[in-house]
Amino acid sequence: MGVPMYKLKKYIVSNALAWTIGIIWLIPFIGVLMASIRPYEEIVSGWWHFDTFTITLENYIKAFNHPMFPISDGLKNSLIVAIPSAIVPLIVAALAAYAFARYSFPVKHYLFAFIVFLMALPQQMTVVPLYFLLRNLHMLNTFGGLIIVHSAWGLAWIIFFMRNYFSMLPTDVEEAARTDGATDFQIFYKIVLPMALPGLISAAILQFTWVWSDFFLALVFLQNPEKYVATQRLPLLRGQYFVDWGILTAASIMVMIVPLLVYALFQKYYISGMIGWSTEK
Amino acid sequence: MRSSKSLTPLFFLLPALALMVPFVIYPVLKTVYLSFFLDGKFVGLENYKNVLLSPDIVNLERFPTKSPPWGALIHNVVLIAIHLPATVFLGLGIALLLRRKEVKGSSVVKSIIFLGMVIPMIVGGLIIRFLFEEGAGVIPAIFRLLGIERLAITWTAYPETALFAVILGSIWIWTGFSMLMYSAGLASIPKDYYEAALIDGANRFQIFKNVTWPLLRPITVVVVAMTLLWDLKIFDVVYVATGGGPGGASMVLALQMWDYFARALNYNYAAVVAVLLATLTLIPALWLIRRRE
Repeated sequence: MGVPMYKLKKYIVSNALAWTIGIIWLIPFIGVLMASIRPYEEIVSGWWHFDTFTITLENYIKAFNHPMFPISDGLKNSLIVAIPSAIVPLIVAALAAYAFARYSFPVKHYLFAFIVFLMALPQQMTVVPLYFLLRNLHMLNTFGGLIIVHSAWGLAWIIFFMRNYFSMLPTDVEEAARTDGATDFQIFYKIVLPMALPGLISAAILQFTWVWSDFFLALVFLQNPEKYVATQRLPLLRGQYFVDWGILTAASIMVMIVPLLVYALFQKYYISGMIGWSTEK
Repeated sequence: MRSSKSLTPLFFLLPALALMVPFVIYPVLKTVYLSFFLDGKFVGLENYKNVLLSPDIVNLERFPTKSPPWGALIHNVVLIAIHLPATVFLGLGIALLLRRKEVKGSSVVKSIIFLGMVIPMIVGGLIIRFLFEEGAGVIPAIFRLLGIERLAITWTAYPETALFAVILGSIWIWTGFSMLMYSAGLASIPKDYYEAALIDGANRFQIFKNVTWPLLRPITVVVVAMTLLWDLKIFDVVYVATGGGPGGASMVLALQMWDYFARALNYNYAAVVAVLLATLTLIPALWLIRRRE
């Protein structure tokens, strides 16, 4: 073989380093998986011991049907909250983003700067007054209340994201349609939205996974254990006298499998959304 | 760009305003308002004084000579001081390494590192607890193997180590973001830039310093700003990994706000912490906006 020595060395060093890093980053996940599929006795002194290796789905069943905080209901509640919380702000934000991308109107730049400012704010900045507002509206402890809060909160970043997306689309088709007598709303609905579909998918996917993963807003606005979403139930599944890592890890896997699946299925949209919303102007 | 004297843009904006005014803008203003009141009476900056002087927020009797708790604000600053440079340089280093064409399966490694960004933070925090637990966790076992018994403990249960378990775990969670951004940035640098530098006889370090790093500057701005925002807003991870404990030794601002709000039922102090946190997040946000203009 005509491979020079220095190239071989470079090949080995680079690959060894890359894969060592990859394995270090993977080990926590392997641990979670191991703890979830093996009985408690086998993992209590370290899942990396393989003297006995029994595979069981017991932990998953226990977490799914937990007597106090069944993850099954949590997953259901999370879906009930996350699906509308992705769709509602997407529609509302797309409309607003279109106004920012295609029209000029008074205070537009201030309004847009204000929306960017809202994007940076911590949710802590809204929850105290929102708590009392929802209580007065009798929407505390309801999925509807949480969905409204998520939708309103998601608007800022989706407006920002979709406005960038619309700005990159060519406008000649829209102008042609206008000449043909289409109304502004028809142009938006029939021409712009279909063209912006990849952007809409990216935004919907990210908003869905963020709402699914939310913990703080659910913690504030859902206080009835029956209504708890999946992320709220996770910290409550530890055993009474000891931390039952089997149940905790099995429940963790069931909670994270949804965003992981979304990521795996829509990787292209996910990544472009991720990069797009934080870089493009 | 259609400049329209008609009301068309208003119609497009109306639904968004209808949701944002009552459920975002009003609560934000009301929180600022609440921060100046106590038991319904206007007290000016009194709440701010009390909160900032409270050892919950800044504890100069213990910082830096004694072990945590140092106060929530200092814990956030310590988190930033370690987590920010660590994730920026690790992400950049990994992106540079995985870009080499001799690395096999680099996209697999990339996906693994990015996983931390995909999972809910509450799961991330739980994994941190699991990693650092004596017996069941890998990290104490490694220190036992190395003969360092002082660190072969449940990190989240001791004031000396709890904050650092959160910080190390946060590096594991967040490096994927920086790596992803730098990977995208590196891919967008035209190849001829490197070729030109090579023809000029530049070595690899010179190429990095004079070509790659300056061209990645816009990416670095985004990564630094987003990491600062993440470090300031951190809540779920700490809530589940340590609960802010033991004895407040890993308390952070966002969790301290929750503590005042839900446990102490002191809505005014909660509002003060929220306003402080929001003010701090504006620094990276404004910097980000200005750098891009």
